[in-house]
Amino acid sequence: MTSSLLKLNPFSQTHFCKLIFSLAFASLVACGNNNTNNTANIDYSKNYPPEDGGTMVDAITGEPSSLIYMVAGESASAAIASNIFNKLLKYDKNLDLIGELAESWQISPDQKTITFKLKSNLKWADNKPLTSADVLFTWRAVIDEKTASPYASDFQLVKKAEAPDANTFKVTYDQAYAPALDSWAGLQILPEHLLKGQNLHTTAFARKPIGSHYYKLDTWNNGENLKLSRNPNSVLGPAKIDKLVTRIIPDNSAQFLELMADNIDSMGLDPIKFSRIVPSRPELEKKLALYKELGNSYTYLGFNLKRKPFDDIRVRLAINYAIDKQEIIDGVYLGLGINISSPYKPGTRWSNPSLQPYGYDVGKAKALLKEAGFIDTDGDGIVELNGKPFAFEILTNQNKEREKSAVLIQRRLRAVGIDVKIRAIEWASFISRFIKTGDFNAVILGWGLGLDPDQFSIWHSSQQKPGQFNFIGYNNQEVDKLLEQGRTELDPDKRMKIYHEFARVLLADSPVVYLSAGYGLSAIHKRIKGIDNPAPPAGVSYNSYDWYIPEPLRRNEISAN
Amino acid sequence: MVKYLIKRVLWMIPMLIGISLISFFVMHLAPGDITNNEASFNPKSSEESRQKLREMYNLDKPVIVQYGLWLKRMGTLDFGNSFATHQKPVFWEKTDEDGNITKGMIQQALPITLMINILGLIITLVLAIPLGIIAAQKYGQWQDKSVTIFNFVGFSIPSFWLSLLLMYWLGVVNNWFPISGLHSINYESMDTWAKVKDTFSHLFMPVIIPSVTGLASITLFVKNGMLDVLFQDYITTARSKGLTEHKVVYTHALRNALLPLITIIGLSIPGLIGGSVIAETIFAIPGMGKLFYDAVLMRDFPVIMGILTIGSALTLIGNLLADVAYAWADPRVRRGVARG
Repeated sequence: MTSSLLKLNPFSQTHFCKLIFSLAFASLVACGNNNTNNTANIDYSKNYPPEDGGTMVDAITGEPSSLIYMVAGESASAAIASNIFNKLLKYDKNLDLIGELAESWQISPDQKTITFKLKSNLKWADNKPLTSADVLFTWRAVIDEKTASPYASDFQLVKKAEAPDANTFKVTYDQAYAPALDSWAGLQILPEHLLKGQNLHTTAFARKPIGSHYYKLDTWNNGENLKLSRNPNSVLGPAKIDKLVTRIIPDNSAQFLELMADNIDSMGLDPIKFSRIVPSRPELEKKLALYKELGNSYTYLGFNLKRKPFDDIRVRLAINYAIDKQEIIDGVYLGLGINISSPYKPGTRWSNPSLQPYGYDVGKAKALLKEAGFIDTDGDGIVELNGKPFAFEILTNQNKEREKSAVLIQRRLRAVGIDVKIRAIEWASFISRFIKTGDFNAVILGWGLGLDPDQFSIWHSSQQKPGQFNFIGYNNQEVDKLLEQGRTELDPDKRMKIYHEFARVLLADSPVVYLSAGYGLSAIHKRIKGIDNPAPPAGVSYNSYDWYIPEPLRRNEISAN
Repeated sequence: MVKYLIKRVLWMIPMLIGISLISFFVMHLAPGDITNNEASFNPKSSEESRQKLREMYNLDKPVIVQYGLWLKRMGTLDFGNSFATHQKPVFWEKTDEDGNITKGMIQQALPITLMINILGLIITLVLAIPLGIIAAQKYGQWQDKSVTIFNFVGFSIPSFWLSLLLMYWLGVVNNWFPISGLHSINYESMDTWAKVKDTFSHLFMPVIIPSVTGLASITLFVKNGMLDVLFQDYITTARSKGLTEHKVVYTHALRNALLPLITIIGLSIPGLIGGSVIAETIFAIPGMGKLFYDAVLMRDFPVIMGILTIGSALTLIGNLLADVAYAWADPRVRRGVARG
């Protein structure tokens, strides 16, 4: 049996050569199969009037688990679902609240009731009417125990929700709740007629959603891409670009290569690509426009305030003075960051303009350490207290920028006599083994914040249980009171004063060292027109539905799908 | 022979249970669970919701209880639903009351990985066997040396680095091949021939790069096997009988030299279902490697156990097939097995 098989001699030398040639030929057949975009001669900076049509392609690194954001929660889900669903309110270009599904709203004199008046004749993508019944249904779903939505807490504070008529939605809180309007600007309204009685964790709707916003989902090719096309029933009117395709490309370098080859139209960049790579290549500068906008997030060095010596304010201030934040911004972020003095986005009303960030002052740092009792008794360069050298470990997750910042911090602290070791840990282990158990000395982490200034869950002394976000153990009665007041004060100016005071106390207390607030950096292909540059406070994509692709600049689209 | 086979197959069942028990406990050694992912570290999210999710997935029960629940489900060959991807079935598609079919995760990822790995294995064999033979025949001469150098260079080059370079040269500088992904975005509207070409061009780099860089070990096996055989007495006899060198090498020597290769291939069957997570990440291919890696990072226990179970079953089956194939191919082993 074996002899007859092997008589075929596929491996003789002549056959081998034939095989090599056929492989090479086969590869040539596959060549030239791509859209031959002869884009070398097109001038993308030419201006064109707005028109409809075209396809915009972008990329995400992970696949959404579901398109019902209140259950899914991850950024990939938010990115796609935000094109499909509407909320009651939204933020305009200057970050003021305006109506999206709501035409107007009224707050009762006792500040406990908000009455939303919905726009009339709203429709879902399947032509069924969108009414206050859908809003009521969505509220019930988000607070439902069975949904176990991570974002239920804001909505659980609603004592009573009513839909007295098809265009009115009324919510009553136990006491005035200032972040309420912001929460309604975040809740994506779901269709009752399609989801009634369904388990949001298992419903097929999560992969075949029907929404009311500019786009609807056409195809979801698992692991590969999601395709959206214009929703003719869009409650805010039609978008200009006809189709959105989101490709799932997990690797950053692969995404950049696709951007270079014109296969995707936009990408979030890191500082090196933004400042060094794109500007140094004329062929990229010709077709890519770079955008930078201040995000709503910051990185910090947090201390475990329940452990000595971090409970001593002099030690925390000493470390604050010993770290050169501008060096971190310049070295790690190539200058694309801001040294902040409060946990708010600079330039917004919540950010206190009178506060100065801690500067880099080695002398002050050393003096404060000495005052706290730390002296180098044995001359090894490390200070000691009661014979114990000041040494601790900084933990961070596996994020290159945080690791690099840790290295710079380590060097600066060594210069004042503190010995620091760095440990980068995989995320889930980091959270469950160290943060949740409070078993850490110092961490480098970041907060990505929403637009409402309330930071109760991070700084209030009642939020210190395992799994809650005041894991550093901050306990300050004055801050507690300010946070509570800020939640119930609806007047924006009074509220602003409360949070300015909150930021001032926080800076003086220094429970964390603010490292930097980073810029969001992106590159968008110049064929996409209608983008505001420089970006307004709401960011570059606030008007993405008005962006357009002029016909001469569109990709060769072989077929309409 | 049949008795031997039955014994082997029956032994697999307790072995699988033992393997799954150990895997389950090792899996739970890593701290954290599905509720500790980055999305849940959001100041707007509540610990109560995470606790409710843990109860929903039985994560608050003792590990042995969770294992019991898993084993009970496996009794009906129900691999369960994923924690991390909206309860997608782990293995095979499930239909709900409304007739909606949700495809299983392994059902979607496995064919892709199998296609890439089988193509890669074929290319490796097609290239390595002739190279090994040439190296053995021209032992010590320049052909042998260049084959060795070629193999070692390929082996030492980090394949992700080579992949990125080739993606740049073949995809960006010259628009010859697509850079990443499995299909073009307008794949659905292509005709059959265009679809075949599209898939082929997307798979070109992900298949060729690992197979060419992985040639070294198989070439060495073939070369050493051939060298062993070529110095045997029966080869000298064949030559002295006046047979052509071609017949000596290909009809008589080769089949004996390739015997160890059968074992290699049998042992590499479990490897066929494991994709390289690095290659899959770089080329944006939704295969088994990425599935497993993501499941581990997300602590998606049902998916992890599903893949480990299938992997161990395939390893056991692969070992059995390798032994059987070797017995079939080598009469000496066949006689030994028949006796025992």
